[in-house]
Amino acid sequence: MDLEYGPEYQDFTKEVQSFCQKYKGLSFTDGSKNLLGSSGGSGGSEMSRSEWQKTLIESGYFARSVPKEYGGYGGEADILKSRIIAAEFSKSKTPGPMGGQGIDMLVPTLLEMGTEEQKQAYIKPTLHGEMIWCQGYSEPNAGSDLASLQTKGELVGDEWVINGQKIWTSTAQYSQMCFCLVRTEPDASKHAGISYLLIPMDSPGIEIRPLVDMTLKPGFNEVFFTDVKIPEGNIIGKRGEGWAVANATLGHERGSLAPPDATMNRVNMLIHLMKKETLDGRPLIEHPIYRDRLMQIQGKVLAQQSHALRLLSAKLNPGTDVKIGKMIQKLTGTELRHELEGLAIDVMGEIGTLYEDSPHLKNDGTWQFIYMYFLGLIIGGGTSQIQKNIIAERGLGMPKEPKIQGA
Amino acid sequence: MYFGLSEEQSFFKDNVKKYLEDNASLDQIRKIAANDETSIGKEIHQGFLNLGVNGLLIPEEFGGLDLDLLFAAVVSESLGACVGPVPYIAPYVMAPSAIMAGGSPTQKENYLTKIASNEILVGVGFSEFIGSRNDAGLTFTDGVLKGRTMFVMDAQVATHFLLADKLGQMFMLDAKAPGVEIINLTTVDKTRQYAEIICKDVPADLLELSSLSTDPISRSIDAGRIMLAADTLGASQAMIDQAVDYAKERKQFGRAIGSFQAVKHMCAEMVSDLEPCYALVWHAAHCHDSSPDEAKLMACHAKAHVSEMGKGIAKKATEVHGGMGFTDLLGLHYWFKRIGVNRQMLGSPELVREEAMQSQL
Repeated sequence: MDLEYGPEYQDFTKEVQSFCQKYKGLSFTDGSKNLLGSSGGSGGSEMSRSEWQKTLIESGYFARSVPKEYGGYGGEADILKSRIIAAEFSKSKTPGPMGGQGIDMLVPTLLEMGTEEQKQAYIKPTLHGEMIWCQGYSEPNAGSDLASLQTKGELVGDEWVINGQKIWTSTAQYSQMCFCLVRTEPDASKHAGISYLLIPMDSPGIEIRPLVDMTLKPGFNEVFFTDVKIPEGNIIGKRGEGWAVANATLGHERGSLAPPDATMNRVNMLIHLMKKETLDGRPLIEHPIYRDRLMQIQGKVLAQQSHALRLLSAKLNPGTDVKIGKMIQKLTGTELRHELEGLAIDVMGEIGTLYEDSPHLKNDGTWQFIYMYFLGLIIGGGTSQIQKNIIAERGLGMPKEPKIQGA
Repeated sequence: MYFGLSEEQSFFKDNVKKYLEDNASLDQIRKIAANDETSIGKEIHQGFLNLGVNGLLIPEEFGGLDLDLLFAAVVSESLGACVGPVPYIAPYVMAPSAIMAGGSPTQKENYLTKIASNEILVGVGFSEFIGSRNDAGLTFTDGVLKGRTMFVMDAQVATHFLLADKLGQMFMLDAKAPGVEIINLTTVDKTRQYAEIICKDVPADLLELSSLSTDPISRSIDAGRIMLAADTLGASQAMIDQAVDYAKERKQFGRAIGSFQAVKHMCAEMVSDLEPCYALVWHAAHCHDSSPDEAKLMACHAKAHVSEMGKGIAKKATEVHGGMGFTDLLGLHYWFKRIGVNRQMLGSPELVREEAMQSQL
């Protein structure tokens, strides 16, 4: 056990700290209030979101290991440095880079499996926040059973003609592009008939309808494709290889949905709230039952934080077996975050039900919002029940459910 | 940066486990539980000491190995995995830890040397400091101890006792001293022993620094709690392993019961609950030695959280076995009971979480 990073990382930490100090209180000229808590402060310098993104890349604090020719920083991949950057930004409340599915999922996929031409065309504008992507995976009849998707792609001449419907498509209304799973080989078996296509969202024949979720925000969309035509070359991997291409990045999404350090920040916010807020004039933190529930959650989050250190160490020290350890992250991380936000609501009681712009709202109403938002994350990206199947079948080697004929 | 067990620690853990598997099979444990042959327990204990367990934490100058608490934790994990019927946490972790933190130079020299050379075996009773039940309590005046204390660990095989009063003062006394009465307390867990001790004017040696602050006893309790968490960790993993194996083998409705989601989801939940406990226990043990600011909080949370996870796993793993899980035939209940007793000893989860809260206010 050795939790020290070593002297070269101490210097790097100082460097990141002084960068954060410089941009403390930065606010965005085009920034909106973000209930997930990454909006800028006030009283500092101002710039646009995309200027900030460029500053982060040039300083090596974002897209660190993406080659320069594709618009990245061009540094060595260094897990510890990435961790230091994340930790220092979070500690100093310096706004992080723009995220989104293009950056989180498409860029790693392109780097791994894209052609040189695709890398040149897409990675740089995506990293710089100029090209926003949405993910076209789920369909009304292909949710947990994603591979049964039916959106059809036919090659007519040198163009794919796409017909069908996608659902749960976040950011579709702002996106320039969609990375999409489409059935191109109707005669092949379920998993072997899918291709991974790149669809410009301004193509004729695309209709986007917003889908308001329980938080009352249009967090998702339905996207309809009617005879949408795209060039034959807008495909990652070969025809019929789309399932494998998509799986390479799904794992990435599952791990990053609920990082325990972010959950611990919320625990600390809750402790602060419980010290300040009162019930019958007495601070909430003095109530034994609330206090015990708080400590139960803190114990769980500490366990997940320690677990994350173990996984980090396994990345740095290849050969360590943490297969199941990685598989449980999506399930345990999202469930715990939902539980924590729910505890804050319980602790506040009636006050905890306030929402939107109500008077007496605490912490901008983030507790109710994230409580509901995380129920969405428990369901999305592979439901908790699907996660349990994966853990049991792939992790523990338990037998699969017998297949129903024809399904 | 490396977070995990060293090669030596993994090796030691496997060694202890192998020793127990070879020498303390479930058949042997049944005999010990039935109190049929007391010699079996002694033999297993002797072999266990031959691995070097008694001197694990004791500094080299007193004849010990001077290893860190993570080493001690992996021993505990193996004991839990095999429901090892040997004294460990009290005599070889809590007693040395208490004496190192609370003893005068003479007391350290005297007691630690004897523990390392196996001349003495120290049972530990700190319940009156942690939370007194049944109006038990000890008073110490003019070098003499009076009163009674409950749930002294490994008292039956001890040559000495290390007992505490409400203030956290710790006293060493001879188990054979006139005025000492040992009353066996039978718990559900027959793999380890607990007793009530009544002292009628028994001369006792006050650990010098323990009269100045509660730091020494607190340090020993932290170490003990991390050990109990590690024991539950090992026991829980053993129950999961048995449940998963059983679910793959057992057939109903023409298929392995593990193919039913109702069953496989229970298994997935068990591993998801337990997996982060490894890191929590290791981290707590590491902080105990290297990060004094976090040590208390981590030890409390390790004890409370692993106890909670263990309780759920003990229930689910038994249920996966169906009716067989409930029988004595299969013996799964030895693990169930071990986890149940670990949960209450040295502070039940609610008490320990309250300490966690206070440590950060």
